[in-house]
Amino acid sequence: MKKIASIKELSKEEHLLKGHIACAGCGPAISLRLLFKALGNRVILVVPACCSSIIPGSYPYTSFAVPVQNMLFEATAATASGIVAALRQRGIRDVTVVGWAGDGGTFDIGIQALSGAAERGTDFIYVCYDNEAYGNTGMQRSGATPYGAWTTTTPAGKKERKKDMPFIMAAHRIPYVATTCPSYPIDFIKKLKKAQQIKGTRFIHVLGPCPTGWRYDTSKTVEIGRLAVQTGMWTLFEIENGRFKLNPPSTKLIDRAKRKPVKEYLRLQDRFRKLTEGDIEKIQKWLDEDWERYRNLESNQYL
Amino acid sequence: MAQRIIDTANHIAAYATKAARVQVIAAYPITPQTSIVERIAELVENGNLSAEYVRVESEHSAMSTCIGAAAAGVRTFTATSAHGLALMHEALHWASGSRLPIVMPVVNRALGPGWSIWSDLTDSMSQRDTGWIQVYCADSQEVFDTIIQAYKLCENERVLLPAMICLEAFILSHTYMPVEIPDQEKIDEFLPPYKPKWFLDVDNPLSHANIVSPEWYMEFRYMIQEAMENARRLIPQIDKEYGRSFGFEHGGLIEKYKCEDADLILLTIGTIGTEAKIAVDNLRREGLNVGSARVRVFRPFPKEEIRGLAESTKMLAIIDRGVSFGMEGFLAEETKASLCDQKNRPLIAGFVAGLGGRDVTFKTIEKIAKKSSKWILAGRVEKETVWVDLRE
Repeated sequence: MKKIASIKELSKEEHLLKGHIACAGCGPAISLRLLFKALGNRVILVVPACCSSIIPGSYPYTSFAVPVQNMLFEATAATASGIVAALRQRGIRDVTVVGWAGDGGTFDIGIQALSGAAERGTDFIYVCYDNEAYGNTGMQRSGATPYGAWTTTTPAGKKERKKDMPFIMAAHRIPYVATTCPSYPIDFIKKLKKAQQIKGTRFIHVLGPCPTGWRYDTSKTVEIGRLAVQTGMWTLFEIENGRFKLNPPSTKLIDRAKRKPVKEYLRLQDRFRKLTEGDIEKIQKWLDEDWERYRNLESNQYL
Repeated sequence: MAQRIIDTANHIAAYATKAARVQVIAAYPITPQTSIVERIAELVENGNLSAEYVRVESEHSAMSTCIGAAAAGVRTFTATSAHGLALMHEALHWASGSRLPIVMPVVNRALGPGWSIWSDLTDSMSQRDTGWIQVYCADSQEVFDTIIQAYKLCENERVLLPAMICLEAFILSHTYMPVEIPDQEKIDEFLPPYKPKWFLDVDNPLSHANIVSPEWYMEFRYMIQEAMENARRLIPQIDKEYGRSFGFEHGGLIEKYKCEDADLILLTIGTIGTEAKIAVDNLRREGLNVGSARVRVFRPFPKEEIRGLAESTKMLAIIDRGVSFGMEGFLAEETKASLCDQKNRPLIAGFVAGLGGRDVTFKTIEKIAKKSSKWILAGRVEKETVWVDLRE
């Protein structure tokens, strides 16, 4: 596999076509564009109820230039299982089946089907594009919403913490789990390309900043994603056959002094406006604990 | 060479997947469906069936896996029962709306609470509005034949709908009966491989099941209605063609027994239809002019055939092993709806019987017929719906 060092080396082909109706500054839309650049167009996409069932536009038009099976909210992984089985029956080996689901469809209503498909070792890539709430229905809280965040169903801020989804997936002993963010396109492309070469269930967790729901200026999506990583609120790592590895720039952030205070990330987003100083301290403490865990995992490497 | 075997309807259903050369099977176990999926597992693992077998973690996923596989262009199969079917409900709509020819035996079982594993048609009857073709079988031969017929019907371009093949818990599912399995070459001739025009294909990328605005939604729904009407015409043709090839016919939409001169027709569905034939013979020996008609296909509903029966008889006694609470038995309800424009309607009474697996034998049916005959003499029915053998 050829190494990519700069975004200038990325494919010029576009399979997310012009005319899609994602919000301005949509992190998931940037992610989908990158996904196609990484995987090419010999891809079948399964899309459950989520922002991406709206983004391509309505019948008889679509802006996704690959075959798409739109599907029920909770059924992404089960549907992909059927497509994978059918392709095997038809002797087709050069097509990548991709589940492309939001955080609600992954953390909450779709976790059963995803867990089942992973346990069966279904040969597909499952990508969760995570904007930390039910974006398509107008920002209701999900299992992915972080502590303290405003959503329309947690107007005073969410009281519970976000599920640790990549580790839940890693506990299924699948060959590849990775986190990424479209603010780091090389990291994103590398991980998708790597996933494409691996057999079995591969889980990619994408932080997809959402100006509409997170309440920040639409020009700041890439910056917000970078701050998420620089503060350690989002960590770039891979778990390959149970082996944990931080990826740059998260690698160097194991040194606490190199991490920006989480406040810098939180204060840019209006969804966190009701956080008290005490809340922010609590989040910082949890985050530092998470990083202790990453340090241990990095030194022991195996989960 | 055709083979004559003695086995349960569930095992027969499993053999039908092999005969139909099904390519993807996805299933989740539920009593009393289990022996279908167990026997399929044996067929697959012994190399007798070269299908992909996806052992999913729920019925919702079973149907979703079938939807994915069928959309990717292969012949698919699942089977379920009662609560499993209820859990599938959302995906049932998605399957028919996606116009995918999935075939699914439903082993009819009562819904809880309290837990009951015995026969009752309420599970599949309450899915009648999902856009699925529904066929109700009366014996194991019909189960086998109908699965083969269903693929031919559902994969027809003018239909492209999924079908439930309903068979009652234990009465059929676990009961050993002789069945003839036709020669594989002849089945292959009758049922060629599934070759859909549209499927998930990277060389011809199409988007399936996109969001659709009010400008188009109704047209798609009308097309499902049209497909059902096409199925109504094709079902008797396919049943006849099957009969010519293999020697078994099952009455198309409705199987009639001694109805021509009958003053009273017992209208049934499922295995009660078999018992009703025995009752008819016994009653005729006693001098009662009775016939029976078994509704084989509930969706599309055989309206015309029922109107035809109603024209020549004095009374329809409709026996339902299932009930729509707040209304009446499902078959009674649909029959009355079909007859609303009929001049000279016969007397009609509904009989709810056998819920939760209570036996409905020919003797039960004879009682129903005798009560009905009294009402014919009186010129009116005393009770719109009778709950048969109810403990007072």
